[in-house]
Amino acid sequence: MADTPKPEELTKIDHTAPLKGWMDTPVELKPGIYCHAASPKDLEAVDTPNVHEWRPGDEDWNLPDNWKNVVEDGFKLRLDRFRSFKLFMDICVRCGACADKCHFFIGSGDPKNMPVLRAELFRSVYRKKFTTGGKLFGRLAGARDLTEDVLKEWWYYLYQCTECRRCSLFCPYGIDTAEITIMGRELTNDLGLNIGWVAGPVANCYLKSNHIGLLPNVIKDNIEFFVDDIEDITGIRMDPDFNRKGAEILFVTPSGDYFADPGTYTCMGYLMLFHYLKAQGLDITWSTYAAEGGNFGFFTSHEMAKRLNAKIYAEAKRLGVKWILGGECGHMWRVVHQYMDTFNGPADFLEEPVSPITGTKFENAKSTKMVHIVEFTADLIKNNKLKLDPSRNDNVILTYHDSCNPARGMGFLEEPRYVIKNVCNNFYEMPSNTIREQTFCCGSGAGLNAGENMELRMRGGLPRANAVRYVHEKYGVNMMACICAIDRAAFPTLMEYWVPEVDITGIHELVANALVFEGEKKRTTDLRGEPLPGMEDE
Amino acid sequence: MDLKDFLQEKRSGIIKQWRKAVIETYPSETQNFLRKEKDQFANPVGLIIENEIEKLYDFIVDGTGEDQIPLSLDKMIRVRAVQDFTPSDAVGFLFKLKDIIKIQSKKAGNITWPIEYVDGVFERIDKVVLLAFDIYMGCRQKINDLRVSEIKNEVGRVLEKARLIQRGPVQKQTF
Repeated sequence: MADTPKPEELTKIDHTAPLKGWMDTPVELKPGIYCHAASPKDLEAVDTPNVHEWRPGDEDWNLPDNWKNVVEDGFKLRLDRFRSFKLFMDICVRCGACADKCHFFIGSGDPKNMPVLRAELFRSVYRKKFTTGGKLFGRLAGARDLTEDVLKEWWYYLYQCTECRRCSLFCPYGIDTAEITIMGRELTNDLGLNIGWVAGPVANCYLKSNHIGLLPNVIKDNIEFFVDDIEDITGIRMDPDFNRKGAEILFVTPSGDYFADPGTYTCMGYLMLFHYLKAQGLDITWSTYAAEGGNFGFFTSHEMAKRLNAKIYAEAKRLGVKWILGGECGHMWRVVHQYMDTFNGPADFLEEPVSPITGTKFENAKSTKMVHIVEFTADLIKNNKLKLDPSRNDNVILTYHDSCNPARGMGFLEEPRYVIKNVCNNFYEMPSNTIREQTFCCGSGAGLNAGENMELRMRGGLPRANAVRYVHEKYGVNMMACICAIDRAAFPTLMEYWVPEVDITGIHELVANALVFEGEKKRTTDLRGEPLPGMEDE
Repeated sequence: MDLKDFLQEKRSGIIKQWRKAVIETYPSETQNFLRKEKDQFANPVGLIIENEIEKLYDFIVDGTGEDQIPLSLDKMIRVRAVQDFTPSDAVGFLFKLKDIIKIQSKKAGNITWPIEYVDGVFERIDKVVLLAFDIYMGCRQKINDLRVSEIKNEVGRVLEKARLIQRGPVQKQTF
């Protein structure tokens, strides 16, 4: 909550008004903070309106002549359609509880990154256009006109929010500022003002099944590549299959796991787990069509999120599977948990997920029919179905980052810790106000994991890195686990700037390191090819 | 009283002024938060300023703790290198100590400024500023390196698969 001044402080109040209020402080778009504009061909691929060439640093954004009408009509449409948005526009009392909870504000010191002020950029226009008080009293009622400068200010700060929802945790009214960002970004999308790092993956996902644009043969080849590596390490050859009709389970994971280190090691972890369980009755297939669990459509519009999400159920139906297992991903799980059923359900052609190994019914997934792999593995461990040697991870002194969307978006807090404690002997939590529901974002989510906005990412990740530094200095932590592909892509860079001694891993990489296969050769290295503890000379 | 005794006697007051000057390099709406929130995880920037300014002051005033100065400066400059500061603003806060010392000693009156000591103090301030500039440039270079290495990593696995690049030690080819 906002601090109440003490009596002695009150007597010292300076009655001089600030030089300028926030409405009179024009936005200055600074390189390093914003992302490149979307490529027109990517926007055209998914029928985005008002596609045009523009650059954020230019004075003229080549907006369509009717841009104000597009914004106002779009604003009204969303106010009518989403009761939550209307409420969030009206009920904020500006108490300031959220103000200092945003990682971008903490890291940048820019007051327009206080969630309350970021939303106020929007509310001020809402008041002017849609409320009687705002129409009559203008600035006195906190209202202002929509101008090109205001639009630029919206854009600059909407793409400085990762929709992590930490601020919403502290709001006494439950205002979800991420929802406001979502609506705002939809409006920018209506004007053709999306960013390259969102629009590119969306077009790729729509046209080629995944954000990176990997074609089916490349996905298959990459996984074969992992199979070769695993064979070198364990002496056992995995035999995954693809697009197999009649399999019991469809596996869907973020495409980052197929090609980007260290996600690739997590992917090797999935392969090893599935192979290990095959003899116990696991019947699972990978898909080169539903080859993306992530959903950058979610950072574009509800419609685009629905459109990209649809292929998961479509593929499940085509292959005739009974249920779906999902990999370690962040916003994928927010979409699955909170939107998929409404977007593309009911999935009445699937069955309530039951673990073929333990018989456990995943009742929480009764509706979506999609189970988180960490929950699946936690259940296996709980039922003693895995032979594990956690000492193989003794070179790792681990901490765990609660990835925002699984933690705050679906309350997924205990299962990852349960798995970690069973596969790793050295585990230390970061301070309590930086983990679980209060976890700090990586600073690169919601499509902001680009290269050109590196300063923004480093600022946004500062609060998380600061907590990592603390456990590194106190306990010697040298590895941080997470369950999100964006985390796995963004954190190595973030750590290299702030805490270079700490590396990043997915949980299933650790599981696979600890997993003891029947008939495997003596393991001398982990999945990264690093010597296992005690095997340095072999 | 000479300047050395004065700076030691008024240590906490001058450090407070210097902290205030650093915090005033941020927008007015942010200053209250940086000053008041004392949890090091809720307010890392404010706490870094609070803790590190003190170490810099002791070094500048009597030359103690020189070995800690690179780390202290790194903590402060690494943050400012990614915030909305020009290069001169990112390191310029260090010069403010000169003004604060001058104003405070003038206010107190009857403070003598022995030339040798004063030269030492101002030399140490200059030394700290130059070191800060090196650190700032190192941070900026790091940001650029990170941009490049991300791009390399993004395409590396695909290129490797396509056998366009080879990782690890290059094997001798026989033809």
